[in-house]
Amino acid sequence: MRSFRALLIRDLRLAARVGGSGLMGLVFFLSIVTLIPFALGPDLNLLSRIGPAILWIAALLATLIGLDRLFQADQEDGSLDLLRLSPAPLEMVVLAKVTAHWLVTGLPLALAAPFFGLLVALTPDAMLAMVATLLVGTPALTFIGAVGAALTASLRRGGVILAILVLPFMIPSLIFGVSAANAATGGTIPFATPFLILVALSLIAAVVGTVGAAAALRSGE
Amino acid sequence: MVVGRNGAGKSSLLDILAGRLAPAGGALVLTEADDGVLTECLHYVGHRDALKAALTAEENLTFARDFLGSPALKPREALAVLGLAHAAGLPVAYLSAGQRRRVALARLLVARRPLWLLDEPTAALDTASQDILHRLIADHRHQGGIVIATTHQPLGLTDAKTLRIERPALSDSAGLAPAEGETA
Repeated sequence: MRSFRALLIRDLRLAARVGGSGLMGLVFFLSIVTLIPFALGPDLNLLSRIGPAILWIAALLATLIGLDRLFQADQEDGSLDLLRLSPAPLEMVVLAKVTAHWLVTGLPLALAAPFFGLLVALTPDAMLAMVATLLVGTPALTFIGAVGAALTASLRRGGVILAILVLPFMIPSLIFGVSAANAATGGTIPFATPFLILVALSLIAAVVGTVGAAAALRSGE
Repeated sequence: MVVGRNGAGKSSLLDILAGRLAPAGGALVLTEADDGVLTECLHYVGHRDALKAALTAEENLTFARDFLGSPALKPREALAVLGLAHAAGLPVAYLSAGQRRRVALARLLVARRPLWLLDEPTAALDTASQDILHRLIADHRHQGGIVIATTHQPLGLTDAKTLRIERPALSDSAGLAPAEGETA
């Protein structure tokens, strides 16, 4: 637990000091969301109907930003060797790093969703639903991404391979995230059904992602 | 001490001892350990210094101390031993190669581990720092610790066992190998 906290604090401090991925992800999110209304034209009804889908795709792409550096930075400066010497298992190392990464990338995305929702003419109900779905959905994206990040840690240009590797596995979260957000604004299914599946996906990803990334790091040397 | 020419396999040996590489044959046996996990008993200081450039020297050591467990010296005390007390608040990015190496070596002091694996610890160190390192190694051995170091320099040790790694003759180009082999 002591090691977990030490690593979490170190990564948060690094993120604050270096700036980088958290803020960059947010700006990237913003630029995608602003681009799409320009492409679609000024049809407010259309925008508010596909708004949740736009926000979710933007969030998914923004999550990928900085994910490639999750383990690569530690691999390059030798910190990963240091992390292996901990009394705590490698799974805990992964969990601490992913938690820190989510706190600086996923969490700001979810909290910023209402403001970006304005750009795609979301109703207040839909904005709340967006925050809720992103809040419980983005951890799944980060955990799935962590497996890819661990696999590509020693590759010099792992970013693209990482995206190709992990995007297919993010599809379920995307489907249920968008359908939960849509259900909040009307439709035939209740909000809770897709939302609970989204929660379940995140919990599964947390377990599989942690174990998978640790296994990838172990075999990566 | 592990000595041998460049590329002979000194670092690979340390990697195997640290559990980073799997041996092609044979097995590692750890005797008389409190708990059977090798990685919890050792310090590894390699070519890459495992320091975060954006964090200060003290923050790097505080992390290592909390993360590795069995804390010993406080980060500032450890830096003072290495003669870096003045640089404690500086980001590691601003330090020179020798100073970084000293911060990495200070990690040996913030957490207590019986086995030190040092991969060319004197690289980039000035003579004064090398003397400090010699003293640290002597102290550690005096307290019953083990130091396994690859080196090209004597490390101030007179009574240490030396393992000389020779490259297998086959792997080298035939013309060069005999001439250099004579000096070993």
